This record gives sequence, structure tokens and C-alpha cells, in this order.
Amino acid sequence: MAPAGPRSGDAIFASVERVNAELFTLTYGAIVRQLLTDLEEVDEVNKQLDQMGYNIGIRLVDEFLAKSNVSRCVDFKETAEVIAKVGFKMFLGVGASVTNWDAEGTCCSIVLEDNPLVDFVELPDTCQGLYYCNVLSGVIRGALEMVSVPSCASLSLVFSSSS
Amino acid sequence: MQFFGGSDISPSPPAPTAPGNNAHMIYVFNRNGVCLLYKEWNRPLHTLNAQQDHKLMFGLLFSLKSLTAKMDPTSAEKGNLGVPQLPGQGCSFHSFRTNTYKLSFMETPSGIKIILVTHPKTGDLRDSLKYIYNLYVEYVVKNPLYTPGAPVR
Repeated sequence: MAPAGPRSGDAIFASVERVNAELFTLTYGAIVRQLLTDLEEVDEVNKQLDQMGYNIGIRLVDEFLAKSNVSRCVDFKETAEVIAKVGFKMFLGVGASVTNWDAEGTCCSIVLEDNPLVDFVELPDTCQGLYYCNVLSGVIRGALEMVSVPSCASLSLVFSSSS
Repeated sequence: MQFFGGSDISPSPPAPTAPGNNAHMIYVFNRNGVCLLYKEWNRPLHTLNAQQDHKLMFGLLFSLKSLTAKMDPTSAEKGNLGVPQLPGQGCSFHSFRTNTYKLSFMETPSGIKIILVTHPKTGDLRDSLKYIYNLYVEYVVKNPLYTPGAPVR
């Protein structure tokens, strides 16, 4: 029997267990708030969020591979496409698009249409420079490392948010 | 494959071809060669101690993968024999059969290898291996108390 092809992000998202979106957003906000209180330095918080994301990413990649059935991507462009189209759809339920490829094809931007993490969030002036969604870049870094795509640790965030 | 619908997530394992327990042994390795899980149900002959057995199995699979990729008639030349291949790249073997047993193998891009040794008359076990991988994800990866790279008890 021929192996099944890769499944679409929508189909998988519809079939996994989901949590309430507001619960997720508010929990994440509480985490960031607590980190800011504990660590006080914006850079420390960024690093901690990245580390948390990394720990999530190294486990997430197995679930992603098991549910989505994608085969190994041929090059980085395909990898970025798969992350944006299937990965984000499957776990966050939002679509993302890949833009801003540099000349060598080594660097790109993934733009989320509608970031669920930043609903209801306003950054005060004391926290400029905080990468609020740094956990997402940590997740991607961890996941890519487990499939042997060496990626640079400082993925800078170009997530467009509604706020 | 949209028409399979939601039930395709955890497909029920295919029915065994013979009555009774079909499998002899199962191994699960991670990308560094650490044996995460080893279970045996029917192994009359033990020739090596556990450590050597795991190392032998891992080495066997590593060499077989290199060999099958190198001998692939359909792909372009991809480096010399012995150069480690990324998991999933090139062609990958999925089973071999002897007169006494059949060994089925599945490797994920993240380096998790699942090996099942069964009765030689067993059919294609790739779906069962995928099902086992789903179980691994569900219960091992999602367990907050599990550290990646540690053996599963």
C-alpha cells in the first residue's frame, strides 16, 4: 500500500484536542509578566523565553512529524514553507506566509496573519525591546535542530500583530 | 487524504496475519544511538548482553542505510560509502526477511528509529510502525516528566 501523502494543517488542527484561545493567550501573558517580575532585565526575559521555546520545540517536532506525515524537506525554502503552512496551522490554527528571502536563500521572514499570543496585549514603555513572542522563535529553533537543520539562535521576529 | 477524515489520526493497528502474538522484539532508538525502548516477547536464544545487542542493532541499521542509499540505481551519486546520511534523505530500506524472522524498520526525520522483529510471513508493517510512532509521540514525547534521550521505562 502506498504511504499516505502529507496532510494539510487544517485537517490536523480540526482533529486534535484544542484549548480555549483566551485561556492560552492569558496564560502566556501571565508567564511573560511573571518572568519580567522575576528577572527584571528585558534581555534575560528574552533569553528565557527562547530557552523555553527551545525545550518545547525539541518535543514538538516529533508530534509534528507523526501527525503531518511530511517527508524530509529538500532545502531550506521548502522547510520554511512547511513550517509556515502546516506547522503553524496545526498548532496555533493561524496561517502564516513566508516572505523576505535574502539573496542566498538562507534567511526569511515568516509572517503570522493573526497572532493569538498577542491578543489583549500592550507593551508599556519600560519594556521596549522585549521580544514578546520569543517562545515561538525558540520552538522553531529547537524543532529545526532535531531534524539537523542548523539554524541561527537569534531568529529575529517579524510577526505582524494587530496591536 | 481528506476523505479519510478524523479517524486517520490514530488508525487502529492492522490485524495480525496469524492468530496470537506476532511480534518477537521491538527496539526504539533515538538519533544518537541510545536505545529508548527494548521489549521482547519471544526470543529463545540470547547471544549477547543487552548493551552489545543494542549497539549491534544500531550499527547494523546504520550500515544498511548507507549501503542501500549508495546502491540506489535511481538517484544521483551522493558521496562515498560511510558518509553519514541525514535521516530521510536518499532512499531508505524498510524491511528485510530471513527464513526465521522479518525485521521491519522505520526512521523519522528527527532520527527516531523503530524496529520490529516478527514472524517471516508478516506483510508490510509500515502502517503499524507509523501507529507505534504515534503512540510514542502521544505518551512519551508529551509526558512532562520525560527527558529527551533517556530510556523509556
